Parts: sequence; structure tokens; C-alpha cells
Amino acid sequence: MFLAAILLLFVAMILVLVRLYVGKTLYDRVLAVNAFGTHTVLFIGLLGFLMGRPDFLDIALLYALINFVGTIAILKYFRYRAIGDTHQMPTDQEIGQ
Amino acid sequence: MSILDIIVEILSWVFILSGAGFVLVGAFGILRLPGFWSRLHAASVSESAGVILLVAGMCLQAGPTLITVKLLIIGIFLFITGPTSTHAIANAALVTGLRPVEGKGLVGDEPAPLTADGGDDD
Repeated sequence: MFLAAILLLFVAMILVLVRLYVGKTLYDRVLAVNAFGTHTVLFIGLLGFLMGRPDFLDIALLYALINFVGTIAILKYFRYRAIGDTHQMPTDQEIGQ
Repeated sequence: MSILDIIVEILSWVFILSGAGFVLVGAFGILRLPGFWSRLHAASVSESAGVILLVAGMCLQAGPTLITVKLLIIGIFLFITGPTSTHAIANAALVTGLRPVEGKGLVGDEPAPLTADGGDDD
């Protein structure tokens, strides 16, 4: 059962990786990375059950946290061109002067 | 093995296999659907239905232990952050000027871009 589910998830991850490579727009790639991270979390959990070591769930939880923070950080960089505090950034008028 | 154990086993089989099937369908939609905005829908399939069914199946498989608590934490976290990430991606795409392709009979008022800073189209 776990092996069949893991194989299905593996095929799904390969399909998402193809979309990540093909791309078309930047946001398609970000969406693919986010979906790939979610699939990875489920994959790690199922792998722990398959190998009889459900302690892998700690790694899966950590991966979920990092995936969410990474997606939000990338999108913030695309939107504001800065990851840090945007209030300290020079505005467009100040750069133009 | 009592009858209850058999029922729980069959339920966890059904949950895990159908969850993996939903994840596969969502990934296929991400690959094949046309346009960015329809791919967002496909991503939601694997992030809601797939996550819920897989976590429920693994919970039934683990029984009342600490593992179930960890699985529930992962499930709740993914259930909250999945729509949040999707909303953030859609908001960023909308702000930078990406618009859905309209049909021939659907020409109407297009909403103005939210900010004037724009973005680079690739």
C-alpha cells in the first residue's frame, strides 16, 4: 500500500518537475516549486511508514515550514526587489534624483 | 485480528491510495492545463484533498500514538499554508500584470493594475 502510494507520488513529483523546467512564466515556476515541496513532505512521511521508522515525520514537518517560508520570501523578493525591511529602501523618486 | 482492525486497515488503504491519486491528478493538471490561472486550480487539488486524505490514512495506520499528533500538526500546517501560498503567488502575478486570457465573447472592462511599479514580462 505504502509502496503504491509512494510510486504515485513519485510520478506526480516528476510531472511537477517537468512543469518547473518548461515554465512559461516566472509564477508557473514558483507554483511548481511550492507544489513540489508539498509533495516532498507527503513523500517523506510515507517513506517513514514504509521503512518502519515514522520518526521521519519530524523531517517532514521541518520541510513544510521551510517550504512555506521560502515561497513567501521568493515572492516578497519578486514584488519589492528586497528581502529585508522595505521601509528602509530608497523609493523610485530618490533613485531618480 | 478483530473485525475493527480489518475495518481500520481497509479505511486507511482507501484513504492513502485515493489521496495519492488526488495528488497525481493535481500534478497532471499542473503539467497540462493551459494558462497560469487554471494551473492554480490544479495545484489546490493536491494541496487540499491529497493532503487531507493522505494524513488521515497515515493517522489510521499509526493508531493513537505520538505519531498521530505529529501527523495532525503537519496536516493542519499544510492545510493553512497551502491556500496562503497559492494566494500569495496569485497576488504577486496579478500585481505584476499577468492577466487571464479572455474568450472572444468576454471582452469587457479589464481591472486596472493594482500598483504602477509593474514588472518585467518574460
